[in-house]
Order: sequence, then C-alpha cells, then structure tokens
Amino acid sequence: MSTVATGRPGRFAILANPTRFLELSGKIQPWLYALAALAILTGLTLGFMAPEDYQQGATVRIMFIHVPFAWLCMMIWTVMALSALGTLVWRHPLADVSIKAAAPIGAVFTVLALLTGSIWGRPMWGTWWVWDARLTSVFVLLIMYLGLIALTRALDEPGKAAKPAAILVLVGWVNIPIIKFSVDWWNTLHQPASVMRADGPSMPAEFLTPLLLSAVGFTLLFFALHLTAMRTEILRRRVEALSRLAARKAERGQSEVAA
Amino acid sequence: MRSLAALYVRDLRLAVSSGGGAMIGVIFFLAVIATVPFGIGPDLNLLSRIGPAILWIGALLSTLLTLDRLFQADRDDGTLDLLIMGQTLMPAVVFVKSAALWTASGLPLVLTAPFLGLFLAMEPDAIAAATLTLFVGTPAITFIGAVGAAVAVALPRGGLLVSVLVLPLAIPVLIFGVSATYGAINDPDPFLPPFLILTALTLFFGTLGPVAAGAALRASAD
Repeated sequence: MSTVATGRPGRFAILANPTRFLELSGKIQPWLYALAALAILTGLTLGFMAPEDYQQGATVRIMFIHVPFAWLCMMIWTVMALSALGTLVWRHPLADVSIKAAAPIGAVFTVLALLTGSIWGRPMWGTWWVWDARLTSVFVLLIMYLGLIALTRALDEPGKAAKPAAILVLVGWVNIPIIKFSVDWWNTLHQPASVMRADGPSMPAEFLTPLLLSAVGFTLLFFALHLTAMRTEILRRRVEALSRLAARKAERGQSEVAA
Repeated sequence: MRSLAALYVRDLRLAVSSGGGAMIGVIFFLAVIATVPFGIGPDLNLLSRIGPAILWIGALLSTLLTLDRLFQADRDDGTLDLLIMGQTLMPAVVFVKSAALWTASGLPLVLTAPFLGLFLAMEPDAIAAATLTLFVGTPAITFIGAVGAAVAVALPRGGLLVSVLVLPLAIPVLIFGVSATYGAINDPDPFLPPFLILTALTLFFGTLGPVAAGAALRASAD
C-alpha cells in the first residue's frame, strides 16, 4: 500500500490533470507546428526537384502528398484505438478527449487521401474511381470515421459517449489491417506496398527521401492539430461547466431576491 | 445455463409476439426484393445474374432494421439493468440475446430467400447456394449489430445511428457471402475458400461481438 501511496505518478498520469496538460501542450504546440511546416516544405520542395518518373511523368509528384494522407488516415484510427484502450483500461480522463478530437481530423485526411488518389488515378488508370480492395476499404474507413463523429456528438453531456465511442473504435480497428494488407491479399489495381517491405523499400532515394520527409511532416502536423483540437475540447468543456455553474448561481440569487 | 435458456425462450417469445416486429424484417426483405425489378427493369437475364447479390443486400438491410430492438425495449422497461446486475456474464447474455434475435428474424429471412430467388429468376443451384451462404453469414451480421445496438442504446436517436455504425463493419460478410454464392454458380470461381472465410467471420464476430457489446452495455449502465 505504502509503495502505491508514495509512488511517483507515471508519465501519462501527470497528463491526467487537464490544467497540467494545457500548460504542457501549450509549450509543445508551436514547436510541433514549426517542425511540421519545415518537414513538409523541405519534403515537397525536394519532391518538386525530383526527376520525373519514366512511366508516370510529372503526375508521380502527387505521391508526395497522397501517400502521407493515406498513411495518416490509418495511423489516426490506430492513435484513437490506443486512446480507446486508455479510456477502457486506465480510465484516463483525456483519452476520451483525444478520440473526440482526432475523429474529424482523421476524416479530413481520409477524404484528402481519397481525393488525391482519385486525381492521381484519372491519368494513370483512366478512371476517377474503381471498386478495388484498397479504395473500397479506405472508403469504408471514411464511413466509420463519420459514424464515430456522429456518435461522439450525439450526446450533449461530455464523457457519456466516451465508452461507447472507445468500444466502437476498438471494434472498427479490425479494418486497419484489412486496408494495409488488402493490396497483398487481393490482386488489385492499386499498387502493392513499396516503402514498408520486408526486403527494404523498392524506390530510388530521390523519391524516397522527399516522401519520408513529407510523411514525417504531415504526421507532425496531425499531432499538432490533434493537440490544438484537444485543447479546444478541454476549454469547451470548461466553458460549459462554468456557464452551468453561473446559471445555477443566478438561479439561487434570484430565489434569494424573491424571498 | 438454465438462466440463459430461460432468457433465450423469453426473447424468442417477445420477438414473435404481436409487438415484437420480427416479421417486419421479412416483409421489408420482400419489399426490397420487389423494388429492385422496378428500379432496374424486368430483364430476367440480368435479374438472375445479379440475384444472389440482391438477396444478400436485402438480407443485410433487413437485419439492420431489426437491430435497434435488441436492447432498446429491455432498456426501456428496466430488464437490461437487471441483466447487467445479475450473476450471468454479460457476453453470454449478449450472445444468447443475439441468438434469439437471429432465430426470430434472421432465420425467417434465410427461409424466405429461396422463394424470393424464384422472383429473381435464379437457377436452382444459385438459390441453394444463396440460402446456404445466408444461413451461415447472417448470424455474423447480427453479432456485429449487437455491438452497434449496445453502443447506441444510451443515445436518444440510436436507431438510425445503429445502421450507420454497423453497415461498414458488415461489408466483409457481404463480400464473402456474395463471392461464395457466385463461386457455386460460375465454374472457374472457387466456392469453398470464400465460404470458409464467411464461416470464420461468423465465428470471429460471434466471439468479438458479445464481448464488445457486453462491455458497452456495462458502460451505459453506470
């Protein structure tokens, strides 16, 4: 018992205090945005300086944004799944805020991945859309993001939808491996993985470096946006609680006047 | 064990009684199938070609329609709280309730599928294959649906949300159900691999669904 009482709180437990979280995230936030901007700018500049692909020509450059978007839409759901574990296992008070804040950002990145992919697919495959395994599973992911957003916004009282949302995120995570391996399991139009492979990336360095840089940049951008959205959500809940308190006080004041 | 059997019988009785609405799913199934020829025209060749897929989509939609009743009625009259507080494990309760719902509304869908297949001018082989895959696959939809129903049980407008939440998760079941059916009709396509994956999906969601739904129901109670 004594060890529990005197033990230092873990790294995540410190963050459980929203005030501490606001303080820390406020300090980290500008650096994250700056690093993200730097990595994205460098990555995209290098990407534009990269030679044209011998088959795809200049259109290959859409890869430098399409691949990070697609990678992010899977990573964001995974981040939400980890937060869901935080809600269900450790009852971390900010894990629910994290899910609620991440869902719209994830939906936007999924839409962007689908849009850029479709713009890339038009000249390369000759069609805006095919019902190929990768595309379909990402489309399903978008519907799941939208359903989750609807669920987290269906209740006025914050925290009530936390556990249902966490369970839905965990069940929906089943789709992520399906998306990742859809190009290997089914023989599809979408090309198979060329960066994360067991035998190393199959891409020349002048394409790989800008791609990785912009992937890192957009990942940092997501975490920065996520922090901002979480801060906003915490502040929103605070404002709600304060206004409820103020309303109660005003009520009490009125009844005193009436008495 | 006895309490689970009692729960199964109770749910089944409630579902087939006049207010249960189990038959509404079948009527909806009938309505969906009857609407399709109006939409795409009475071309019998085309209908018999896309028939299995139409049957599957109709069964999927009809199953979704019955899901919001799975826990909502019990929540309204307080039975759900008793079940949560009781000694029986929640996953077992959810499993039994899903099984009862499937017997009351999923099984009738499977049994009407052959007749609706005749409407769609399907070959006897295709009808048999579609019925078999529906029999194996529709429990999976019910089990996934249990998660959606449990998640949405605390919400004011839960019914519509259940369909939105469940539909994307049910897509793998649809894919393998339809591809197994076509595998049985079209010669080069294999039947057994997609059929076995469909069976595996049912078993997988039969495990995952009750556990997740049980946790969601517990969370909604406190």
